[in-house]
Amino acid sequence: MSYGVSDAWVRFGSQAALRGVSVDVPTGQVTAVVGGDGAGKTTLLRSLVGRVGLDQGSVAVPARERIGYLPATAGSWLDMSVQENIDFVGGAYGLAGQALAQRSDPLLERADLAGVRDRLSGQLSGGMRRKLGFCLAMLPDPELLVLDEPSTGVDPVSRVDLWRLISEAAANGSAVLMSTTYLDEAERCASLLVLHDGRTLLSGTPHEVVGSLPGTIVSTATLSRPDFGWRHGRELREWFPEGRQPTGGVAITPGLEDVVIASSLKLALDGEEQP
Amino acid sequence: MTRQSTASPTLLTQSRAVSKRFGHFNAVVDVSMNVAGGEVVGLLGANGAGKTTLIRILLGLIGASEGEALLMGAPPSREQRSSIGYVPQSLGLYDDLTVKENLDFTASAYSQARPSVPADLADHADTLVGDLALGTQRRLAFACALLHRPALLVLDEPTSGVDPLSRARLWDTIHQQADAGVGVLVTTHYMQEAQQCHRLLLMSGGRLVAQGSEHDVIGGTTAVEISTDDWAAAFSVLERAGEAVTLDGTDVRVADGDAHRLQLVLEAAGVPARIRSVPATIEERMTVLARAERVSSTPTRS
Repeated sequence: MSYGVSDAWVRFGSQAALRGVSVDVPTGQVTAVVGGDGAGKTTLLRSLVGRVGLDQGSVAVPARERIGYLPATAGSWLDMSVQENIDFVGGAYGLAGQALAQRSDPLLERADLAGVRDRLSGQLSGGMRRKLGFCLAMLPDPELLVLDEPSTGVDPVSRVDLWRLISEAAANGSAVLMSTTYLDEAERCASLLVLHDGRTLLSGTPHEVVGSLPGTIVSTATLSRPDFGWRHGRELREWFPEGRQPTGGVAITPGLEDVVIASSLKLALDGEEQP
Repeated sequence: MTRQSTASPTLLTQSRAVSKRFGHFNAVVDVSMNVAGGEVVGLLGANGAGKTTLIRILLGLIGASEGEALLMGAPPSREQRSSIGYVPQSLGLYDDLTVKENLDFTASAYSQARPSVPADLADHADTLVGDLALGTQRRLAFACALLHRPALLVLDEPTSGVDPLSRARLWDTIHQQADAGVGVLVTTHYMQEAQQCHRLLLMSGGRLVAQGSEHDVIGGTTAVEISTDDWAAAFSVLERAGEAVTLDGTDVRVADGDAHRLQLVLEAAGVPARIRSVPATIEERMTVLARAERVSSTPTRS
């Protein structure tokens, strides 16, 4: 079973936010959407949960009451307590009393939030608040779980907690689609989609995406062509698309980050040549 | 008693045994640190470690309960603050002003001449900041912070939510500033960024628990790296066994783990894996610290 969108176009006025994007979201797996701000990640996710209509293309999703959604900016009500958030969102899904407790108690327990039920969401740390948002999205026992940047701004310790929760949801049979700006997270997803300016820049399994870049990437102290170079930790990296032997530097086995950056550079350079 | 008068002019900011209490909560405990011109100092720690409180004390936005903070060798004042460029996490821009208006306003607040709009923002000069993508807003916040040529740049998670190429470009700007003699204090959650700093400070539970190079900050902490075809299975087996599991790509790692014991746990669960001991990452050091803190729940941090 697989959900997703096919050849999705979304326009806001004269701006096209999505230009023919397709993504498959299979059950039992985590699929990642990667891209910077303005790439179209949020529009793609919102089109899956029915908050943005497509101008063209098709959407395959389960019944609305079996979709869980964590928005990028909120996810819970700051002036309500953890328990009030659970009760409120549970109510929206027709859950209350024993049925709601049976669903929410194990979620709060695993998210390490069972001890802070009375605390206002606005008084939780950033990481705890994202975990609460995750629990709320999990309340409908979703067949499709859509998470918009669950880990942005979350510290490394809470990021690991979130990852455990997300991978468990997939292992229990949900189809999970999440957006992220952290490429190490995308690298451990079953498949990923890199968006740039509303278009699909790269897609496939992490292995396929990393293998799709032509040429050679070198680690170097000086860049021979700054337009093809970038900083990586303490070193500089430079891409030679034609694979010709670089004069300086050491050829490396590229990671996902190298491939995404090199592909973005290529797109920027192509754009300059063909305005 | 002569310490203050001997404060080196190149020490742009420093804290001496600074503590800060909010009620019974010790947000910062006995922290001494400094930033000199030309260096990029990374301030690391989990949420609640005390990073932002320390920065607010260094900037003079709040006072210390004990100890002292110095900016340019003197207690923070309005005048001292004019030599700082500060980019808070929230960016501090005016959403209902355009890019050009934000630059003009910032320049006038620092009594600077009207600036020209930087080339990489020129296309957006008349766009309201609220209508800009986050990456572009971050570039503008940088441009505003650099307008008055500050001696010290303080950046609170400067690249959170930014795509990889923009992140690399923002770090180019940070290094250019440091090369020109500016001191930079930067908080980050992103470990690859920590590696770009000349020096690291690691906070946990309000205290400065380690400082120096990446190697110094990691200390003797080790990790066990577990390579397997089914990372999800290995992850959940070890998680259930109460291990401090993290992920690196599709490798499972356990900070402070015992390789032999982990091997037995995985074998018992029928998960084949290749296991080896490796030096810990900064991220793992932070996970170990956070776990130790959860267990001990120091009464002073109730």
